Amino acid sequence: MNRKFYDFWVGLFAVLGFAALAFLALRVANMQTVRQHETYKISAEFDNIGGLKVRAPIKSAGVVVGRVSGIALDPKRYRAVVSMELDRQYLFSRDASAEILTSGILGEQYIGVSPGAEETMLKDGDRIKLTSSAIVLEQLISQMLFNKAADGSSGGNKQ
Amino acid sequence: MLDWGGRRISAIGAVLVNALMRAGFAARFLLAILLNSGTAFRRFGLTIREIYFTGVLSLIIILVSGLFVGMVLGLQGYDTLQRFGASEALGVLVSLSLVRELGPVVGGLLFASRAGSAITAEIGLMKATEQLSAMEMMAVNPIARVVGPRFWAGVISMPLLAAMFSAMGVLGGYVVGVLLIGVDSGSFWSQMQASVDFANDIMNGVIKSIVFGIAVSLIAVFEGYDADPTAEGVSGATTRTVVTSSLAILGLDFILTAFMFRGL
Amino acid sequence: MGCFKIVVLAQRLPTLFSFRTVSSDPLVEIDNVTFAYDQRTILNGINLSIPKGKVVAIMGGSGCGKTTLLRLIGGQVRPSKGAVRVAGQVVNELKQDELYALRRKMGMLFQFGALFTDMSVFDNVAFQMREHTDLPESMIRDLVLMKLHAVGLRGAAHLLPSELSGGMARRVALARAIALDPMLMMYDEPFAGLDPISLGVIGQLIRRLNDALGATSIVVTHDVMESLAIVDYVYFVSAGSIVAEGTPEQIRASEMPFVHQFVKGEPDGPVPFHYPAPDYRDALVGGRNA
Ligand SMILES: Nc1ncnc2c1ncn2[C@@H]1O[C@H](COP(=O)(O)OP(=O)(O)OP(=O)(O)O)[C@@H](O)[C@H]1O
Ligand SMILES: [Mg+2]
Repeated sequence: MNRKFYDFWVGLFAVLGFAALAFLALRVANMQTVRQHETYKISAEFDNIGGLKVRAPIKSAGVVVGRVSGIALDPKRYRAVVSMELDRQYLFSRDASAEILTSGILGEQYIGVSPGAEETMLKDGDRIKLTSSAIVLEQLISQMLFNKAADGSSGGNKQ
Repeated sequence: MLDWGGRRISAIGAVLVNALMRAGFAARFLLAILLNSGTAFRRFGLTIREIYFTGVLSLIIILVSGLFVGMVLGLQGYDTLQRFGASEALGVLVSLSLVRELGPVVGGLLFASRAGSAITAEIGLMKATEQLSAMEMMAVNPIARVVGPRFWAGVISMPLLAAMFSAMGVLGGYVVGVLLIGVDSGSFWSQMQASVDFANDIMNGVIKSIVFGIAVSLIAVFEGYDADPTAEGVSGATTRTVVTSSLAILGLDFILTAFMFRGL
Repeated sequence: MGCFKIVVLAQRLPTLFSFRTVSSDPLVEIDNVTFAYDQRTILNGINLSIPKGKVVAIMGGSGCGKTTLLRLIGGQVRPSKGAVRVAGQVVNELKQDELYALRRKMGMLFQFGALFTDMSVFDNVAFQMREHTDLPESMIRDLVLMKLHAVGLRGAAHLLPSELSGGMARRVALARAIALDPMLMMYDEPFAGLDPISLGVIGQLIRRLNDALGATSIVVTHDVMESLAIVDYVYFVSAGSIVAEGTPEQIRASEMPFVHQFVKGEPDGPVPFHYPAPDYRDALVGGRNA
């Protein structure tokens, strides 16, 4: 067992190890999210963000264009302030709108951005004005039941 | 009765004090290793030799276990996911379980029992046969010459082994999910890539495996160095290495997970 | 390369020859040393001195603390009282790096060999040269083969320690102990397990090495006849202190019952054969009653 023997096997070991790491980085994760230096920050206010989480994707026409970088509550107006990091190559006009959507019925929540018509684009630090909140399933259900009940009672009065 | 209870409590107290003392001793030992690490890096050939014994010789068990764990995840995950009509999320389930938890944790447990016990037994026997004393008398510090290279070899090997475990696991999941069950190959990979984040998932897994590597290697060299220089002493120390490192891995994993993935 | 060798040798020359002059001032001094493992006192106010350039034997019953004495000199254990001085330095007060610097000039043959089991015989002997010198590998090879030749095991250089017999292992350990030509050599029972031929050769080797290098040697041994032939002075240890000492002639002529018993190998006398224990008859009879 000489020096060369160990060098060979340990060299092979290191190659395999780094190949595994590269596989995990390139094939299992998409390294695109690593290009974080080419992003700009914007924010948006929502009445209710539902189950939105930090690092949730931001999509436009189904394409991921950024990630949620932070969620906070505005202590004066009790609205949720969501900060987002968008890829520099995707620019949106100032009247773009953001809404919180759900992929599938039980899937994760994400922010969908719809483009606007204005010429000026959103810059780093800007805020999206037009937003619509998350659809909260419980509210939806209770609303539906309430409407049903209201329908039922009004029907009874007519008779 | 009271006497019995009193004795119990004092026995528990003695065990606790003893454990704390050993922990303190281990911390001092870690400091001594770090201060004497020059040899392990200046003469990297020594460390390479130890990487062969800790890393290369653990390859087979790590690769085979990783493959099987991934295949089982593929079977179980598919069974559960298809009830919700989400079977194309199989890649996400397999890969996240592996890179976040199973790679570092199961890889670490295997590493502790395959390599950690061997390190303890070797150092313990060197002590029992006065080889460490002889080295000291030759003005060679055994912590620098024997312990340091073994410690660093463990710290270097562990993350690579964990990465190989995860990679093999993902391949195992692919084999079962895509090749055997017939989940769509495109959505298997694309859903995985959309959900697995390099910085948050892969790197956190790597950090975990580095921490486990430090813990297991420290426990292994410490138990060996601290072993009673007898046959029973060495065998007891070997057992303690496996038990203590396994508990340390699971405990540290909980703490690290709580810090890393909180709020995600 | 050749030039380099000469420079290295020249640097080493002072340490090699500075002790050539045999003087009577002591290299090792044990000054009123008391040592205990846990509660049990092993050495009790022991005094002895070992002059430069001499070969000194330390004899005594099994378990009387001879190995412990060598460990004290090497600084591996520290006395609870007294001082161990080597070359003017108090060993038990040295800091780690000073102690290591001193140990570079010491060689020790361990009682059980303590060969490195993961290295070949060659690498065992080369160990200190590789650790402490920058000698080129070709020169290390020559030096190692010279040391192995001296103990008659040049042909066994490629073997692993597990492939050696007990006596061969001790001779390799001896070659390793003298690898760097230390100024102070300590041999813990160098003759144990050797056949009469090797025994004579090794005895002569210890003597000649000491004189050639101007070193000082301490030989712990039970082999009275062999050691009396090669040593300059003998100390007898019993019950934690020196009970007799003298030159080989004085020892041979001594009428002291202790020395007499030891030299003649008689079971009865002042040296107890038994480790301290309760009365034998009480132990047996008491054991049956219980
Ligand atoms: N590590 C230890 N812990 C406790 N006691 C020890 C230890 N090492 C040695 N002893 C005790 O110290 C005493 C002296 O031991 P030492 O090894 O010095 O004897 P020795 O003179 O070399 O004997 P021998 O000729 O049989 O080798 C013995 O009674 C032994 O029981
Ligand atoms: Mg002894």
